[in-house]
Amino acid sequence: MRITAGIDVGSTYTKAVILDAEDQILGKAMVNTGFKLDQAAERALQTALAEAGLTRQQILYVVSTGYGRYQVPFRDINVTDLTAAARGSRFFFPNTHTVLDIGGQTMKALRLDERARVRSFRLNDKCAAGTGAFLEKTARYMGFSTEEIGPLVETSKEPVPISGVCAVFAESEVINHLSHGSAPADIMHGAMVSLVERSVQLMKRVRMEPEITLAGGILRFKRMADVIRRELSMQVNLPPGELVQFVGAVGAAALGHQRLKKLEQEGQKAGV
Amino acid sequence: MGSTQTKAIILDEERRIVGRALIDTGANVVRAAENAYLEALRASGIQEEEVEYVVGTGYGRYRVTFGDTQVTEISCHGRGAVHMFPGTRTVLDMGGQDTKAIRVSPNGDILDFCMNDKCSAGTGRFLGAASDALDIPLDELGPTALRAEKPVRISTTCTVFAESEVLSWLGKGKKIEDILLGVHQSIAARSVGLLRRVGIEEEVTFTGGVARNVGMVHVLNETLGLKMNVSEDSHFMGAIGAALFALDQILGSRVPARAKEDAA
Repeated sequence: MRITAGIDVGSTYTKAVILDAEDQILGKAMVNTGFKLDQAAERALQTALAEAGLTRQQILYVVSTGYGRYQVPFRDINVTDLTAAARGSRFFFPNTHTVLDIGGQTMKALRLDERARVRSFRLNDKCAAGTGAFLEKTARYMGFSTEEIGPLVETSKEPVPISGVCAVFAESEVINHLSHGSAPADIMHGAMVSLVERSVQLMKRVRMEPEITLAGGILRFKRMADVIRRELSMQVNLPPGELVQFVGAVGAAALGHQRLKKLEQEGQKAGV
Repeated sequence: MGSTQTKAIILDEERRIVGRALIDTGANVVRAAENAYLEALRASGIQEEEVEYVVGTGYGRYRVTFGDTQVTEISCHGRGAVHMFPGTRTVLDMGGQDTKAIRVSPNGDILDFCMNDKCSAGTGRFLGAASDALDIPLDELGPTALRAEKPVRISTTCTVFAESEVLSWLGKGKKIEDILLGVHQSIAARSVGLLRRVGIEEEVTFTGGVARNVGMVHVLNETLGLKMNVSEDSHFMGAIGAALFALDQILGSRVPARAKEDAA
């Protein structure tokens, strides 16, 4: 059986996926990235292998991606996060033409051609106000942890307008709203709206086309997808459950299969 | 009334500082203005009735409920800097939440200005983030940075990302002073960019709360290749300018139209 692994070393989490040739996800794992990226990659792979009930020797090919992709010592190749996100989105939704990927420290919009190649992309990794860090900071200012963002925002009825210019300056804005009696849930919701407005800008710049697929850790907060649908007045694809965080890793593993197939064909041609 | 601190200055008719106060602005801006004013009065031994004219400035200037008028901080910093250092043609004002480059005429009129108030990188907040990340008090940042031998290069722009970059340098075993000098250099580079947009003409006067940071002064002087004027009262410069405008009123001349609100 041909099995590959995809390792996505993100700024906050490192994800690993084990994939067979029939597109079955055999195992997956997510660990904190921390400052030792190689160790995070190793831990993620080991945990995913354990879930799949496989050993290291059964993995034929390892593809790394994400900002820490060069720090994965056991990789066979590395691919950019853009390539991985494109391939991963097609894996879940074959008609994907636009991908919006929001992670802890980046936001990316991509437009794909028929063969899942990236035709156009826009990236923000310079300013926290346009990334998941904006939501994390907003939550922190109100005394909530990142994991509490999802449940908190579910209770919101109406978003409070948040300017979203700078994640640091947002602190005084948030405190102001709180002192005027706004509910933390509505402030959180407002921060999401502000983040989504920025992401729509990014998607417009790549000239988005349907279908649109969402990916990245920030999309695990269900409300994000709702806000995006409302802002765009369009349907969007959301990979099921926690898989939305694994799109890059799945894409990397799928690219591993593509690569293996190509290597095999070349081998046959060469008469090996 | 700055975003972080509120300053009050009382001037006599000879333009001498007779009272001053510096307090944290906090959440209650109106209260902060009152407290700073009362404290400056106490320090000067002057009665409130003796003060003829009050000018509010800074981002909270409309919350100075007892003020007779308001003037933008840009005009006030320009005016204050030229008063303290008559050769001033360029002012760099670095506060808690914004940084401004101002070009002034010999009599303190504003010729041009440029500000960074949408992004906390390159403002005092960037130092605040480093102070939090490294757990070093704000007023020790500068002296610590000056002990550096091999500054690290801070590659991130955003204050939020810089916080994690600072921690990752620490994790890689870099010395605190080397990281801090890198932080100062990063802010200096952004401020010099702002200064270039208005044109750097000597003399340059450095005002605002961050001007009290010896590390920042040193790095900016080095980057600019000149020696900026820095007063002991740098952080009071806006308040001094405001008090000078108030004195204009009393002494008969009007507050110059262009210095009035909405010049900004």
